[in-house]
Amino acid sequence: MTDTALHDAGTPDLGAILQKVAEHKGCGTEGGSGKASCGSSAGPADMDPAIWEKVKNHPCYSEEAHHHYARMHVAVAPACNIQCNYCNRKYDCANESRPGVVSERLTPEQATKKVLAVASTIPQMTVLGIAGPGDPLANPAKTFKTFEMIHKAAPDIKLCLSTNGLALPDWIDEIAKYNVDHVTITINMVDPEIGQHIYPWIFWEHKRVTGYEAAKILSERQLRGLEMLTERGILAKINSVMIPGINDQHLVEVNRAVKSRGAFLHNIMPLISAPEHGTVFGLNGQRGPTAQELKALQDACEGEMNMMRHCRQCRADAVGLLGEDRSAEFTTDKIMEMEVEYDAAGRKAYQQAVEQERVAKVEAKKEELETLARIASNLKLLVAVATKGHGVINEHFGHAKEFQIYELSTAGAKFVGHRRVDLYCQGGYGEEDSLDTIIKAINDCHAVFVAKIGGCPKADLTAAGIEPVDAYAHEFIEKSAIAWFRDYVAKVEAGDVVHTERGDAAIRQGALINAA
Amino acid sequence: MPYKIVAAQCTNCSACEAECPNMAIAEVGTTFVIDPAKCTECVGHFDVPQCVAVCPVDDTCILDTRLPRYQASQGTAS
Repeated sequence: MTDTALHDAGTPDLGAILQKVAEHKGCGTEGGSGKASCGSSAGPADMDPAIWEKVKNHPCYSEEAHHHYARMHVAVAPACNIQCNYCNRKYDCANESRPGVVSERLTPEQATKKVLAVASTIPQMTVLGIAGPGDPLANPAKTFKTFEMIHKAAPDIKLCLSTNGLALPDWIDEIAKYNVDHVTITINMVDPEIGQHIYPWIFWEHKRVTGYEAAKILSERQLRGLEMLTERGILAKINSVMIPGINDQHLVEVNRAVKSRGAFLHNIMPLISAPEHGTVFGLNGQRGPTAQELKALQDACEGEMNMMRHCRQCRADAVGLLGEDRSAEFTTDKIMEMEVEYDAAGRKAYQQAVEQERVAKVEAKKEELETLARIASNLKLLVAVATKGHGVINEHFGHAKEFQIYELSTAGAKFVGHRRVDLYCQGGYGEEDSLDTIIKAINDCHAVFVAKIGGCPKADLTAAGIEPVDAYAHEFIEKSAIAWFRDYVAKVEAGDVVHTERGDAAIRQGALINAA
Repeated sequence: MPYKIVAAQCTNCSACEAECPNMAIAEVGTTFVIDPAKCTECVGHFDVPQCVAVCPVDDTCILDTRLPRYQASQGTAS
């Protein structure tokens, strides 16, 4: 997307965000700690080796790793110590767990068994996180017992947790003790004036504190907790929910505040808000951002700090690669019946094969990138990709649950996000409504790369101005996208194609519907 | 008067269990239940009943008016 496209969108929010960007180019802070200086899509060459070691197979901390490695969450922590307006505790948290499906709560013993069962079935599962469904640090006994048991049974699995930060300073030593080396804090504001519109109350020192005072305490605790993580060399990711009209412009300041305190990665997520979630925001009609608004804010904050754009806002009991959820294979009933033998050697061998695959992918991209060096063009555009993982275009259009979005320019192919879509293919025939949903979700893209696509959707996509591309089936994503872009630029220059700007796209609300 | 939990509203999140100073709350089936014999409304411990303050669903931990008035042994209730 070009600057022109951004300005053309012309919403006041977008204009204000861009104004903020101009005010502090690059959200500037120095990456003195060595943390803020490396791209989340970066490889070992431009990253501190100690940090590379920590993130290289963590799908949430490395965009590149998320194509290859899987994570799982265990729902051992149901209690929470704050209330958020985007969360309704009668269901799972609407934002950081997908709404609509109630998690199965696990004991630490059940959780450990589940982790071993998943690790044996999915050898690329390298990360175990505790993310709720409440707040892990509001359930410290269950959370740390789980970490302790898993660390003992499967020491090669990385441990991480996700917290609202209120209790974080109190548990920092325990976090370090159990070798939890990745912590995510959800920070939606650093100004209590704004915070009071996001958090109705916190439970603090045996009282319910509301309004400005609640947000002030929460913010102080979050930032103190972040500083303490940085002091101990524990990687910190910051999650922020983008709430148009409430904190969208302010998140640029949040970005600056967390970067200066040593956060490794900032993940700005769209608000998920619909009346059926029963959240305060859902009921009062608060909207989420459009795809273009979200991308503009992420671009604005992408100075020296990494922005995470591959977050799937997954459930507190998710299992699998990001973007897939295999939790239904591992219900408590099923895992209790499973005979589990932890095969550390087999996992290692599998992961070594994955590493070779990654190297091949990076090499392919590098070669293709060199061909771009000879081209001078200001064109910048988005394309959508249907993939099941491994960094390859290997999904049929009709089977895709989501599309990955890449921004193409002479600088190469850059991953900038993903779009969830309803399953379009149901019972062997497409449904028009779902195709419409997909077109809305990738409406800002010039092309969609697929392994295979039927004649009807092909014609409809073409009519909508999105070129369906199946010529690169089962090839590497970035290499293919760069090759296509090179041809596209040549066609535009030859006058065969007239380049036009695309419009905005919709971020899909509501729960992911799992295919049976 | 002790507190009780409205089972239909309880999310089973367990937040109240850990906060209760009297260990009066336990999981029974798919909900949490307050033992009226142990509940002191937190009088003598805290300014406000802890289960009420921490519960994520309003009007879920409520005074149980069906039971005879609870005689707090620690003097007057606030």
